[in-house]
Amino acid sequence: MPGYVVRRLLQSLGVLLGVSVIVFGLLHLTGDPTRLLLPLEAREEDVRQLRALLGLDDPLWMQYARFLGRAVRGDFGLSFKHQLPALTLIVQTLPATLELTAAGLGLALVVAVPAGILAALKRNSVLDALCSVAVLLGQAMPVYWLGLLLIMVFAVKLGWFPAAGRDGLASLVLPAMALGAFSMARIARMARSGMLEVLAQDYVRTARAAGIRAFLVTYKYALKNAAIPLVTIVGLEFGILLGGAVITETIFAWPGVGRLAVDAIFSRDYPLVQAIVAVLATLFVVINLVVDLVYTYLDPRIVYTRSAR
Amino acid sequence: MSVAAEAVLPAAARPHRRVSFRAVFGLGVLLVMGGSAMLAPQLAPWDPTRQMLLKRLRPPMWQERGLREHPLGTDHLGRDILSRILHGGRISLGVGLTAVTLSALIGVTLGLAAGFFGGRADTLIMRLVDVFLAIPYILLAMGVVFALGPSLLNVILVMGCTRWVQFARIVRADVLSIREREFVAGARARGNRPLRLLLRHVLPNALTPIIVVATLELAFMIIYESALSFLGLGVQPPTPTWGWMLSDGRNYVATAWWLATFPGLAIMLTVLAVNLLGDWLRDTLDPRLKV
Repeated sequence: MPGYVVRRLLQSLGVLLGVSVIVFGLLHLTGDPTRLLLPLEAREEDVRQLRALLGLDDPLWMQYARFLGRAVRGDFGLSFKHQLPALTLIVQTLPATLELTAAGLGLALVVAVPAGILAALKRNSVLDALCSVAVLLGQAMPVYWLGLLLIMVFAVKLGWFPAAGRDGLASLVLPAMALGAFSMARIARMARSGMLEVLAQDYVRTARAAGIRAFLVTYKYALKNAAIPLVTIVGLEFGILLGGAVITETIFAWPGVGRLAVDAIFSRDYPLVQAIVAVLATLFVVINLVVDLVYTYLDPRIVYTRSAR
Repeated sequence: MSVAAEAVLPAAARPHRRVSFRAVFGLGVLLVMGGSAMLAPQLAPWDPTRQMLLKRLRPPMWQERGLREHPLGTDHLGRDILSRILHGGRISLGVGLTAVTLSALIGVTLGLAAGFFGGRADTLIMRLVDVFLAIPYILLAMGVVFALGPSLLNVILVMGCTRWVQFARIVRADVLSIREREFVAGARARGNRPLRLLLRHVLPNALTPIIVVATLELAFMIIYESALSFLGLGVQPPTPTWGWMLSDGRNYVATAWWLATFPGLAIMLTVLAVNLLGDWLRDTLDPRLKV
């Protein structure tokens, strides 16, 4: 076990190193970063000054080493637009994004897990069919469209919730619904198929045959085992939601990292873009590391070898 | 897609199978969508970019003030919404198909290499997969498209290069088990070179999951493309795309519901059809598959 933890840690570090290469590369995509960083009408003199300032005349590996050295210490440079350290801006907006993501994921879990389990227990019933239709629609609905529809109905027509901004619990409802819908559909589907799989296992049949009451079999034997794969899903889903937050935040004018990122991209604020990509990727890696470790704890059958995955 | 399905599963193999609703609905909708996209120039009643400012923001024809010559109404510049949806389908489906092909090419190649050669190649490729999984692809795509300039080609390239991971993972897993099978050992014993072994013996046996993933990814790509469009980083106007139409409709949610509703419906129907087809393919070709 300790060996596994160490290996998993090293692996995560490797992934982060890879992320840093891509984040670094983002600025060098066009060959000349000054073209991205400066407005199009910048004077030749300014370009030269910026090149010197950023050390762009050094060999690429040296620039990368410098970038990495700073990034490790959380220094991604100043945001051009805000004239503040990029990390400071992220730290300011991250709570809003985490709040939205957690709400979306929480909503998805609260609805999807019971729905999926019920659908599995009452297989081929009307409830199961309704669930399937909802899952299909949920997976086919783009978050930006769902967001617009929610605004149209619940904010404009009915006036129940605010259409934009972050101001109390009411303002969280619509964005969380929009963001969580896709995950809800996927989790419900997983919960249903996971539960069906477990219900078909020998130990469930044995428990039934031994005369243990049906609801005990369901809750004590089946549910516990069906929950295991869901834990991994939650980790991956969290990452997907962080990405989805970019669009949701734009639609609902939610003051989080996603909106900061979109804003940064359109104002050519690439240091900020780099920082946001790096921070979100790190968050994803850390969450999945934790989930993996929790997972091995929950399911002792997992062998700690590299062949898994 | 159906040709491939029949090739793998001859009709005789499942004699009493009922016609699947999912397959019929999925294929039907896709054919209608694909056909009308292809024939958009012939079918569309109007030029999708033609602005008729005197007929701005007209509702669909069944509503008051609706016009019969604009069945789904007009947008804020007086352009015909039906015509724009028909033409937008060309971009959505065209970009989706090309991007899936590109990402399948990259992903299958890397997945084959990882699974078949194992060792360092495997470790390296799988770590690369982890890296791409960790980066929020929509942000990466936005950053790259913005840097390179939004164009049809760049959008396809970025979408193809960020989603290959799905293919690589499933192909690798499949190849790991296929390479241990006897016919592979037999082919190797007959002196087949690795590349030939891979292409003639391993790849054909890994096709099922590739087809299924490709279908499900197509659904994803359609959403992905319209998301980029929606954010203003897709194919640029005046080319009509579903994402742009939604984005335009955003400013009129309170006054003109049809602007955002119809393109959204088009996206949802198409994605729903592709997903149904993908699910059906998976259940029919390989029920054990988990994608």
